[in-house]
Amino acid sequence: MKKKPYDRFNKLIIYVLLTIFAVVSLLPLYWVFSTSLQLSSYQSKDMERPVSYVDANPPKMYPMGIPLYFEHWSGERDAKKAGNAEEEKYHREMMDHIVDNTFSSFKNLFQKHDVGKWFFNSLYISVVVTAGILLIDSMAGYVLAKKKFPGRNLIFWTIISTMMIPGQVTLVPLFMMIRNFELMDTHWALILPDLSMVFGVFLMRQFMYSIPDELLEAARMDGASEWRTFWTVVLPLAKPGLAALGIFTFMNVWNSFLWPIIVLNSAELYTLPVGLKTLQDANLASFKLLMSGAAIAAIPMIIVFILFQRYFVKGLTLGGVKE
Amino acid sequence: MTQQPIDVASKKETEHVNVMKKANYSVLLQIKKNYSAYLFLLPKLLLFTLFVAIPVVWAFVLSFQEYKVFGSEFAGFDNYIKVFESEAFRIALKNTLLFTVVTVPFGVISALVISSMIFGLGKLSQSLFRSAFYLPSVTSMVIIAMVWRWMYNYEFGLFNYVLGWFGIDQINWLGQSSSALWALIIMQCLIPFGVGIIMYLASMGSISHSLYEAAKIDGASSFKQWLHITIPLLKPTTLYLVLLSTIGSFQVFTQIIMMTGGGPGSATETLVHLIYKTGFRDFEFGLAAAQSVVLFVIILIFSIIQFRVLRHDE
Repeated sequence: MKKKPYDRFNKLIIYVLLTIFAVVSLLPLYWVFSTSLQLSSYQSKDMERPVSYVDANPPKMYPMGIPLYFEHWSGERDAKKAGNAEEEKYHREMMDHIVDNTFSSFKNLFQKHDVGKWFFNSLYISVVVTAGILLIDSMAGYVLAKKKFPGRNLIFWTIISTMMIPGQVTLVPLFMMIRNFELMDTHWALILPDLSMVFGVFLMRQFMYSIPDELLEAARMDGASEWRTFWTVVLPLAKPGLAALGIFTFMNVWNSFLWPIIVLNSAELYTLPVGLKTLQDANLASFKLLMSGAAIAAIPMIIVFILFQRYFVKGLTLGGVKE
Repeated sequence: MTQQPIDVASKKETEHVNVMKKANYSVLLQIKKNYSAYLFLLPKLLLFTLFVAIPVVWAFVLSFQEYKVFGSEFAGFDNYIKVFESEAFRIALKNTLLFTVVTVPFGVISALVISSMIFGLGKLSQSLFRSAFYLPSVTSMVIIAMVWRWMYNYEFGLFNYVLGWFGIDQINWLGQSSSALWALIIMQCLIPFGVGIIMYLASMGSISHSLYEAAKIDGASSFKQWLHITIPLLKPTTLYLVLLSTIGSFQVFTQIIMMTGGGPGSATETLVHLIYKTGFRDFEFGLAAAQSVVLFVIILIFSIIQFRVLRHDE
């Protein structure tokens, strides 16, 4: 594909504008990490009382531990050269203090709060739902794309038409149902409704169309059962579609918030977003602690994004209705 | 591009119908022959029926009932009358509408402009910028809302600090009724519409280059080409994005509960937050169901209008 050529001047302007927009767009995320690593107590010899850079005004744009650490590092080196053991010891202690303090809130989150547990809950629920959706939806998508049987269109259109209905409509009935099943405050209450999401059926059906019928015929000729054909021929061919669906399912489940805050009550069952909300509500938490929690919740998705970028693009453009 | 497989399938389908007619299979025989297909569908159908279909129907039934702990009573249109008479609902609707009317056009237009700027760049810069704009979309809104609350902080917030450069007094962004909703709107506008940018980039890639060649021969400037070729050909994508973000905007919730709880007063109350409060704080399930049905109808009406408007002037 050829691109519209920009002349040099236009190109410069475009780069500058895009960079400004990109900085604005990434600033909040940067702020999460910067605040989570900010020094919250620091007292050097020539200060009267400890300062916190977390809620400093004007705000500190980067973690202050970094320059201070290097200050003491060179201080220690100079003291060593001058043979001043006392000075050397002081600088070394300050360096330790700075490192401790920089990561203090992360340590705190895992030791004093249930963040480790919440992280694990989020992780295993997301993995279970993603695996389940991939299997169930590819099975459904496969037969809806490749098989002819009475009721096929009725089933497909019934499923698709519910994609139009906002999730809030089913909120109250779903809550009553989960309560009647006595599944309140269990992880089943999160997993089962998530497994019933219908978007994947639509996506997999679209994707399965591109698999040539001849291949399926060939497998059948060789006497493979339906299940074997699906498992050994269809699924491997659908890998890119599965990857896209898997990533989006994982992301949705990892980030889901409204339903978990309704059905979960016990702190040890919380997922990360719910846990973070209670941390914020408690008002005891410092901003440094909150932002560290936010960082812990954001890092996995950022890693997934960096690793699987092209599938994000594929999933979005596959799912988009284009006419 | 995506059209093709659907065409192939429908062709196959008509062939299949002919075959069926010739062989004169009975439906029962067809069902029996294809039992494996039903087995493949079974798990999804079970889950779908239980956790989607039944709750949807139930929501409508519930909206005509008054919820009581031991058996609900039929209430006719009482819940709906209550919805429309309540001040809280009117305020929530007004806030949600204002939020939508500002953020949706802003989001879609900025996505169009940003992706147009990205599209002309080299491959590496294209993917770098695309990532920079999409990355915030993979982050949970809970996190985004937490950090924005921090940035809107009256004393230590980044916002008031930056305003200070321009000599503007500190603003109690989230703490006063006059600015709270606008703070949320500004925030929404500054979060890039990553999905939109990726969709636009993909659609721009599928526009035939010969159109631009022809326009260039006719002496059209690049701006004119953009105005008369790119934008009209992107209309289906625009329609899709407007629908998508309108629906999303009507469901705004996480920002509200994380940042303001609908307050101060009811300055930032939105429809979904109201449904949440009615259902799960006041336990008025019938009323909450009626509110959610009304929300559904509003979204439906908006979708239909947008389809009509954007389809019409093609």
